[in-house]
Parts: sequence; C-alpha cells; structure tokens
Amino acid sequence: MIVGETLTGLATMAAVNPVPWARSQMAFTLGFHIILVPLGVSWAFMVLIANYRALRKDDRAALVLAQRWSKYMAITFAVGAVTGTVLSFEFGLLWPRFMGIWGEAFGIPFAFEGLFFFTEAIFVAIYIFGWRRLKPWTHFWTGVPIALAGVFGSVSVVAANAWMNAPSGFTANAQGEIIDVDPLAVIFNDAMPLQAAHMVVAAYLVGGFLIASVYAVGMLRGRVDRYHKLGFTIPFTVAAVATPIQIGVGDTLARWVYDNQPVKFAAIELVPTTSSDVPETLLGHLNEDGTVTGGIPIPGMASWLSDPGTGRSTVIQGLDSVPADTRPTVLEANVVHLAWDVMVGLGSLLLLLAVWYGAVWLFRRRMPAGKWFLRVAACSGVLAVVTMEAGWVLTEVGRQPWIVYNLMKVEAAATGNTGVWITFIAVIVLYLALGVTTIMVLRSMSRRFRRAGGFLDMETPYGPAEKPEPAKAAESEP
Amino acid sequence: MSTAVAAVLLVALATYAVFGGADFGAGFWDLIAGGPERGAAPRGLIERSIGPVWEANHVWLIFIFVVTWSAFPTTYQSITLTMFVPLTIAALGIVLRGASFAFRKSVVTVRVRRVFGGAFALSSVLVPFCFGAIAGGIASGRVPAGGVAGDPVGSWLNPTSLVTGGLAVVLAAYLAAVYLVWDARRAGDTALAGYFRRRAVVSAVVAAIVAVIGFVVLSASAPYVFGRLTSWALPPVVLSVLAGFGALVLLVRDAARGARVLAVVAVACIIFSWGVAQWPYLLPESLTVSAAAAPTGTLIALLVAVGGAVLIVLPGFVLLYVLDQRRLLPEEGVEDPADRAGDTEPG
Repeated sequence: MIVGETLTGLATMAAVNPVPWARSQMAFTLGFHIILVPLGVSWAFMVLIANYRALRKDDRAALVLAQRWSKYMAITFAVGAVTGTVLSFEFGLLWPRFMGIWGEAFGIPFAFEGLFFFTEAIFVAIYIFGWRRLKPWTHFWTGVPIALAGVFGSVSVVAANAWMNAPSGFTANAQGEIIDVDPLAVIFNDAMPLQAAHMVVAAYLVGGFLIASVYAVGMLRGRVDRYHKLGFTIPFTVAAVATPIQIGVGDTLARWVYDNQPVKFAAIELVPTTSSDVPETLLGHLNEDGTVTGGIPIPGMASWLSDPGTGRSTVIQGLDSVPADTRPTVLEANVVHLAWDVMVGLGSLLLLLAVWYGAVWLFRRRMPAGKWFLRVAACSGVLAVVTMEAGWVLTEVGRQPWIVYNLMKVEAAATGNTGVWITFIAVIVLYLALGVTTIMVLRSMSRRFRRAGGFLDMETPYGPAEKPEPAKAAESEP
Repeated sequence: MSTAVAAVLLVALATYAVFGGADFGAGFWDLIAGGPERGAAPRGLIERSIGPVWEANHVWLIFIFVVTWSAFPTTYQSITLTMFVPLTIAALGIVLRGASFAFRKSVVTVRVRRVFGGAFALSSVLVPFCFGAIAGGIASGRVPAGGVAGDPVGSWLNPTSLVTGGLAVVLAAYLAAVYLVWDARRAGDTALAGYFRRRAVVSAVVAAIVAVIGFVVLSASAPYVFGRLTSWALPPVVLSVLAGFGALVLLVRDAARGARVLAVVAVACIIFSWGVAQWPYLLPESLTVSAAAAPTGTLIALLVAVGGAVLIVLPGFVLLYVLDQRRLLPEEGVEDPADRAGDTEPG
C-alpha cells in the first residue's frame, strides 16, 4: 500500500510540463558545447602554424608549443565529442515530434557533418599520437585534415540550424506530411551561407582570443619568454584577423535577418510597432504595454543601419505586425535585445583590441608592450566566449516561438515525457562537474609542463624513431 | 532505395558493435582488474589499445543516429519516446566514459586516476547494456509504430531486453579480451596475453550461454524474430556459431591473430542475423522498412554521404588502424620532461 502510494506520489511529482525543461536542457547543453566548438575548429589550425614554424625555422619553442597544444587539444576534443553526442541524443529525447516530422529534411546536413566529424576524429588521433614515430612533415600533413574537417563540419551543423530559420527544400501534402525532399535546397538554404560564415569566423575569433588570453596571463605573471610570446602571438594574430571579418559578416547577416525574419529583427532592435526613423536603443527594455523605456536611443540609427540606401526613412516592421502567439514574448524580446547589445558591444571592444595590436605590429613590428594591453588581452578570451554565447542566444531566442520558422512551434515539437526535469537536473550536475574537471585537468597539465622548466632541457624533438618498446605495460601507473 | 539505406544502417550497427563495442568491453575489464597495483598492467594495456581509436569508433554511433532520424524519422520518434530512460542513461554514460577516459590519461596521481578510472569503467558497462536492452525491446515488438510512446519501463525492462542487454555487455567484453590478447602479444607481454586469453575464453563461453538463453527467451517473447532466426536468417546465425567456435579453438591453441578475425565475424553475424530476421520490418510486425522510409531525396542524400564516407573516411580509418597496429601511434605527444618529473600535486 505504502509503496504504491509513494510511487503514485512520485509519479505526480514527476509529472511536470516538459516544455520549459526541455528548452532549458537544450539551451544549457548547446551553450556548453558551443564553448568547445571554437577549440575543436580553430585550435588545430594554430597548432599547425606552430608546427610549420617549428619545421621551417627549426624553432624549438614553437615545436614544444605545438606538442603541448596538441595534448590539451586531446582533452577539449574529447569533451567536445561527448557533449556533441549528447546533443544528437537530445534531438530525439527532447524534440521527438520535431524529428518525426522534419527529420527527413533537417537531418540531412548531419549526415555530412558526421562525415567531417569522422575525418576529424581520425586525424586528431593520428596527429596527437603520431608525434614520436611519424616523419616530421608526414606528421604535419596528418594535421591538415583536422583543420579542414573542423570548418566543413561546423558549416554542416550550422546548415541544419539555418534551415530552422529558413526552412526550404521540401514539399508537404495536405496533411502536412513531407512527401518530397530536395537535399541540396535543404543544405544550401537561404540562411546557411551567412550563418555558417558567422559561426566559422566566430570559431577562429573565440579560439584565438581564448588561447591567447591564457598566455597573456602567463606573461603578466612574469613568464615572458619566447615560448609564451609565441603562445600569445599565434592565436592572437588569428583572432585579430578574424575580428574585422566577423563584424562585416555579422553586419550582412543582420541585414539578412531584417529582410527575412522581420519579427526577430524587431526584437533585436526593440521595435514595438512598425515605423521609420527607428532609434538604435542601447540597453533599455520593452514593457508589456508596448513602450520602450530606459537605455540610450541613438535617433534613426537602427533604420539607417538596416538600409543605408534609404537612410533614416527605412521602415522597420514592428513586433505587433504579427499576432502575439507568433512572435517572441516581451521577456524573450528583451533577452534578444540584451544579447544583441552584448554581442555588438563586446564585439566592438574586441575590434578595438585587434586594431591596437594590428597598428603596433604595422608600425613597430612587435606586439604592444605594456601591462595594460596584456591585461585587456587576458580578459579577451572570456569576453569572446560571452560575445559568442550572446550571438547564439540572439539567434535562438529571436526565432521563438518557432522551432521551424513559421511552420512549427517549439511547444508542438517537445516530448510529452514528463520526467524531463529529472534529466535536466542530472545533466546540469554532470556538466558542471565536467566543466570544472576539464579546467582543473588543463590547469594541472599546465602546472606540470611549467614545473618541468620550459622547453630548454628537452630531448631531441622528432628524434630518431625509437624501436618498439617491449612490455611497458606497467609504466602508466606512477 | 530504402533497402540500401537499411543495409547501410545494419552495417553501421555491426561496425559500431565490433569497434565501439570492444572499447566498452575494455572498460569492463578495466572495472574488474582489481586494485591499483594488481590492475596496473591490464589497465595500462587497455589505455594504450583504445587511446588512439575510441573517438573515431564512437562516431559510428552518431552515424547510426543520423541515418535513423533522417531515413526513418517517425520510427526514430517512436524509439526516442519509448526508450527515453535507457537512451538518457546511455547519453550520460557516454559523457562520463569519454571524459573520464580522456582525463584519466592526463592526470598522474593515483587517487584521481582511480576516480576517473571508476567512472570510465562503470559507464563502459552501463552503456552497452542500455543499447542491448533497446535492441531487445525493438526486436520483441515493444516499440509502437507511428511516432508514439510505448511502455516507458516495460519496453526495456523485460526478459528479452535483460538478455540482449546482458549479451551486449558480454559480447563487448569478449571482443575486447580477444583484441587485448593480440595487443599484449604485439607488445611482447606474454603474461598479459595469457591474462586476457583466459578472460577471452571465459567470456566466449558465457556469451554462448547467454546467447542460448536469449534464443529461449526470444522464442516466447518475439515469435516473429525467433521464427525468422531459425529459418530465413539461419545462415548468419550458423556462421556466427561456427566463427565463435573457431575463435574459441584458436584462443585455446593460442593463435591470437586468427581468433581476432573470427571473433569479429561472430559478433558481426549476430547483428546481421538480428537485422535479417527483422526484415522486411523496421519495427517487427508493425512497420516495414519501405513504409517507414523518408522521401527519395533524403535517401539519396544519405547514400551520397555514405559514398563520401567510403571515399574520405574509410581510407582515414584504415590508415588510423594500420598506423596503430604498426605501433606508429605509441603515445600522446612526445616524451615531455614534465611527464618524468614526479608529480605529487592533486590534479
């Protein structure tokens, strides 16, 4: 009896509306995974730069850097691989109705992503494990597919996300079932080129600033040697090149949103009713009654930026141009607008930093000296991650309430499984532990490397191939 | 066209079973290898064997997901709705396993290594059990067609699923042991080769017993699949039995290399016999493969991706395994003075 009652009690307690939990879990796991993406996509490229330099100029510091980076990369790649796998489970576990109806179109880009991810996993393994016994240049070339696969892989994933913003390439019958699919039109949907470019460049930008910031901290702590300087300049240069490109791509993408997702754009610019001469409001928020308060309005700026051709008379469609249940809620619109402010604000800050660095390089042929540059650079990694997260929040929340723009709402896509709140808690706990442990392990590796005393006492790197060591099975436990 | 995609799916499942399965099995042996000192030798071998390959092996799983949700979306919907619990456990287990394996390699202190090692080993057993149980649930018709949820508990906690889940764990352990015999032999460690050889033989016998129990259970719970296994799908079953028996003989006679090939055949044939026995059904007796299939455009795209995989991924995969087998991928990075310096700091 008691057992039965307890079970019923538990069942009732567990019966919670799954939609908000499913959304939270998806947002959290994606938000976590996206931090690892830049490292997976762009780090290999930077390792290869160091590796190339090491081989071309016989630069030992660069070689040690490449080798140690590849060891760190093994960790971040593994964590990225498993958190990415969780996402593929979640598509079905959290959004079964979405996958059931749209899987045959939405799923296609992932087939190609799988292809690239496969390539990446294979060559990451060869590159990381191949340092000792592959010939130096052979070994270098086994790293090239990682960088390429990283780019194409993220393009494929973003193609799927872009399809949710610009669904195309399918024919539905009267019952709403998909009867025909055009795979190319699915992959190369309208939103794909710009969104994919924005993500790939973001991966280089964030990866660059993130890695450079670690070495900036090191230099601030007095470790100003060639090893640290290289560890800073390689990724920081990559990031500094990526930043202005990113701002150009982002600006074009914003205009694409203006043309194709006017309601999302209205949320971005906080435009309650359709009008011209719309101010660009920095911060501020939308109220339930449709007024905007707070913030600093720059008169006409939003209109002007949307189409410089027509300037301040450009008309921007307002949130109220569509029924309330087909546009973001007031809260969501405020989130989107704040995310936009954060992304553009921090992005501009990073651009200034890149310009500072670039100008000093151009005129003085060295990196900026002085603590203040390093201090800002030390923050740039975290700032870049926040910028990217803000961009991600913007594109996802801005699409609400739709999961497939104008075709399917998030609510209709979610699982009916009422136990999602439990998995949500489990996922939070597991991922927090995972995040903390990843950082701890990376830090302990770095301390270990440092205690070993830099790189000067290294044995011959790329030494002659050793003979296969017999029976060293017990060595791994110190 | 849907037949071709179903065949691709079956091949991917079999490949995941023989490559990814062995990685899970290695985790099983890691789990029961004993205390830090006694288990050091086998754990070291396990770590070096699966270190370079586990991530690539793991991608087969993602490929299986992608093919299922693209080619058979409503079936994917039914499976994820019905099998919510075991899939969730498997997903969390995969995170725990992959991350703790990667972390374990990078920390040096024994205490921390043990924590990660435990998480790695435990989830290595949990995940194949869940996958096996899901397969059993599907084979015994417990997943309804039409994108609806079946019994959330009974679909994977039932006699069939318990047996198939157990079989998955045992087969994974068996494969791993057979591979590790060969790896130990190549490393010139006779003692360790003998260690895994005994375990391979024991797990082969256990696998045979579980398989026989499975047959009995299937005859009652999944009459369609059972009937087909004993008729139309009999050839792969027979081949599996013969290969398994041959592998056992070779193991006893200490011919590790041949045993490895036969063990792969035996396990792959079990997966094939499951697929062939279900044919033409994707979900036995309620949904056929052709009825479940997505529009032609999607199927073509998937086959193109498979063609791309054959052109791009297969050579890479072969290269990885050849390099690994030739011991050209000995360890991560180079020997760093840092690794030699005694490390006492807790990670």
